[in-house]
Amino acid sequence: MQFGVIQFPGSCDDRDALAACARVGEARLVWHEETDLDGIDVVVVPGGFSYGDYLRAGAIARFSPAIEAVVGHAAAGRPVVGICNGFQVLCESGLLPGALLPNDSLRFVCRQVEVVVESSETDFTRACPAGSRLSIPVKHQSGRYFAPPEHLDRLEGRGGVVLRYVPGQNPNGSSRDIAGIVNERGNVLGLMPHPEHAVDALTGSADGLRIFASLAAVEAPSAVRA
Amino acid sequence: MRARVLIRPKEGILDPQGKAVERALPALGFRDVSHVRVGRLVELEVDDPDRLGELCEKLLANPLIEDYEIELPAG
Repeated sequence: MQFGVIQFPGSCDDRDALAACARVGEARLVWHEETDLDGIDVVVVPGGFSYGDYLRAGAIARFSPAIEAVVGHAAAGRPVVGICNGFQVLCESGLLPGALLPNDSLRFVCRQVEVVVESSETDFTRACPAGSRLSIPVKHQSGRYFAPPEHLDRLEGRGGVVLRYVPGQNPNGSSRDIAGIVNERGNVLGLMPHPEHAVDALTGSADGLRIFASLAAVEAPSAVRA
Repeated sequence: MRARVLIRPKEGILDPQGKAVERALPALGFRDVSHVRVGRLVELEVDDPDRLGELCEKLLANPLIEDYEIELPAG
């Protein structure tokens, strides 16, 4: 399984994401000006402050050459994961519904949280039993997931909410405690917590590795490469 | 021509920045101020103001969470 981790000017979690992917498969960095994702099975859009997060988090990165290629990758049914700033980029690019607003506390939050796996029926959570809890850190300023109520109903109705903060641990005021969602087709995941920072017991938890392990077990679809 | 785009959080969306400003005001003696909302002002030089709407929708504002208003010089 070949992972490709997008690297923007301002990315800061690209190396940890690369190291996490390398534990379960092959992994390489993809510079933001690259458009050739040939040979890459899973794209990871990592956390950080792409292009300085000017205007809105993820707003500029969305127009980068690499993200245009990622949109094609997703359209071909191939897996894409956006973590934190990567989640913001995927929402801005229209690959995922909704938006991420500044935390209700107006503070940057950095802490370990627990999330409940709402569904193990996705390529991203097959190695996590439904209802199980993952202990994963969050660290962000704009992580409050927002969508109008009717959009949220639709999202929930189709099982699009994959990860939810354990009640009482919502760090940012996110609607309905949402921590991670998938698109309708089920091949694009966005999440605010950082599984790549929780891949070794040495740093407190290895629960995040299960997300990467789930992906590594997925066979690449036979669809034409994007 | 010089244009200005005003961007603000949509009505009904919690604006923590506005709240923080509002909470700071009484300490300065401003007790009769409420409903503070903080947005952004973008000034730009454009040749074709007709394309500003598209520019706002695509980049300057996120229409899901923000409203925008375009101001052009009078006349």
